[in-house]
Amino acid sequence: MAEIRVENLHKSFGDFTAVKGESFTIADGSFFCLLGPSGCGKTTTLRMIAGLELPTSGRILLGGEDVAFKRASERDIAFVFQLFALYPHMNVRRNIGFPLLCQSVPAREIKARVEETARLLRIDHLLDKPVSGLAGGDRQRVALGRAIVRRPLAFLMDEPLGTLDTEFRDLMCEELRLLHERIKATTVYVTHDQLEAMSMADRIAIMNNGRVEQLGSPQEIYDRPATIFVADFVGSPAMNLIPVTGRLGKGAARLEVAGAGIAIPEMREDAPGEELVLGARPEHIRFDDASDYRGEVFGTEYLGTMQIVTVKVAQGRVKVKVPASLRVESGEQVGLAFLGDRLSLFDKDTGRALRSALHDGATHG
Amino acid sequence: MSQALTTAHSVVAPSVLSKRIAGAIVILYALVSMIPLAWILMTGFKTPPDSIAYPPKIVFAPSLEGYCNLFTTRTRQTQEYIQSLGPPQTICDEITRKRDMVIAGPSNYVPRFWNSLVIAFGSTFCAVSLGVLSAYAFSRFRIPLADDLLFFILSTRMMPPIAVAIPIYLMYRKLGLSDTALGMILLYTAVNVSLAVWLLKGFIDEIPREYEEAAMIDGYTRLHAFFKVVLPQAATGIAATAIFCLIFAWNEYAFAVLLTSGEAQTAPPFIPTIIGEGGMDWPAVGAGTTLFLVPLLVFTVLLRKHLLRGITFGAVRK
Repeated sequence: MAEIRVENLHKSFGDFTAVKGESFTIADGSFFCLLGPSGCGKTTTLRMIAGLELPTSGRILLGGEDVAFKRASERDIAFVFQLFALYPHMNVRRNIGFPLLCQSVPAREIKARVEETARLLRIDHLLDKPVSGLAGGDRQRVALGRAIVRRPLAFLMDEPLGTLDTEFRDLMCEELRLLHERIKATTVYVTHDQLEAMSMADRIAIMNNGRVEQLGSPQEIYDRPATIFVADFVGSPAMNLIPVTGRLGKGAARLEVAGAGIAIPEMREDAPGEELVLGARPEHIRFDDASDYRGEVFGTEYLGTMQIVTVKVAQGRVKVKVPASLRVESGEQVGLAFLGDRLSLFDKDTGRALRSALHDGATHG
Repeated sequence: MSQALTTAHSVVAPSVLSKRIAGAIVILYALVSMIPLAWILMTGFKTPPDSIAYPPKIVFAPSLEGYCNLFTTRTRQTQEYIQSLGPPQTICDEITRKRDMVIAGPSNYVPRFWNSLVIAFGSTFCAVSLGVLSAYAFSRFRIPLADDLLFFILSTRMMPPIAVAIPIYLMYRKLGLSDTALGMILLYTAVNVSLAVWLLKGFIDEIPREYEEAAMIDGYTRLHAFFKVVLPQAATGIAATAIFCLIFAWNEYAFAVLLTSGEAQTAPPFIPTIIGEGGMDWPAVGAGTTLFLVPLLVFTVLLRKHLLRGITFGAVRK
């Protein structure tokens, strides 16, 4: 197992720059997710770590050794592909044993290690079946087996659950996490599915347009989004982003939205401009008739114990997450109150979160 | 990846009647296409007088005379001389003596046939090997002007190959390649390689890159991954391409007539030159043609599973 460090990594394809100078460190034994919309550069980053693409510039340190321009076969890593890439002309046993065959491991040891891996993944009964007849989840297990059997320095996974049915995906998510707990291998996992990332990762890097927007634990990313993009991308429904104008200096703890005063975490820096964006998670808003910030109920989505109420306000629409037991009628006039210590404030020009009491004691990604 | 049955045609299941009609049409077509083959087969077993009889004989007494004449050269002898010989050793001796002739020696058919085998299989092997390598390169790497190059490769097939016969004839004479197996292999390879590149590129495009990438991550070099992973996957396409190349090289006549006359002569130009008593020896020609069909038939039957899947490539997702 090893630590992976990426330093100033750039990758261009002709005129298009897929990855624009990213740097991050993946701790030994951790489960690291690269999360972002399609085309954000997450897969390209992963393929560069794997050696399937060569970077335009930058360094990739695998256990302290710079491997950025080495061949894939010279880096001791395993890769799980979205389409599994099981060789159709081989059965399960030979598929799992293939990487060992490449490394000229003796046949007896291959057999032992393949069987051990198959037991770990609970596919030992499938060993002599052709891969073409397997169900999606079992194919995925074989693909994982092929990675595990090598005992590599790190696992790289490119949306390995992307092609599975939803029910299989939840199951495999859990299995992957359990597997990680057991073998504690450094894992880099690429996905566009925030639920997968949130539920499995120790740390997440959110990527957009070839840059890392924020790097942190799932909770940091959810509670303290570093940019408007992250606030909008993570969370379902996404964070409410309410445009506000006003000059806010260091120490300010209130702002005005449409004539209503709203308490915010105390500012730790001066806002660079007057155009700001207030970010509030739907669960950090509640109904309060005493509030001056008012709107009209537009519709509700029922989610079992909770419901999402969409409220039309002067600045657009705000989603509020409240208990399902609360009776809300469309067209009703309601007042909205914000949980003052949980709000984020962003600079509209740069999209950057402004430092406030929310970030106290936390390192700012 | 779906295991569901997919059909490229209608979503409505065909009725029994339509299946029967379709079957009847296919059988009829097969019969019509087989008439020339059947005719060649029959001619090979006729006696020379039967073979030129008019109206043509459908029912006749089969004879091995055609096959005997194909494999031997004969000389006419007097009755006394023939009677002075011992009893006939083989069935061919017997047939030949009835026509007042004795066997003088083997004919050139076997060496010509061997030339055909060497040249056709040799050039097919070369064309497919070169084709699969360049198709892989076109499929996997960013090659400058790849589309233009592919078009250029195909454009060599846009004129009939015989259009360049004279330059090639002169070139071969200068280079000493005239009437050599090597020369013919080079020539047929050159003609076939464009077809091979185009066909194989389609097949290799269908193979997901992930297979090789997985193998490369697992510790193989690209070349190794190509042999261990890509080639087995492309087996269908390689088989289909090989059959097309082989058919061309095996049946090629024009260049063979022009460029080979002795040592390296292939069977197609040789067969029509079998002249018997009083003109063409049609039974021997029929016999020679029948045997000439066999290797291609065997090759196709051996690879037919691949061939069927190969020809319909692209129509069915794996």
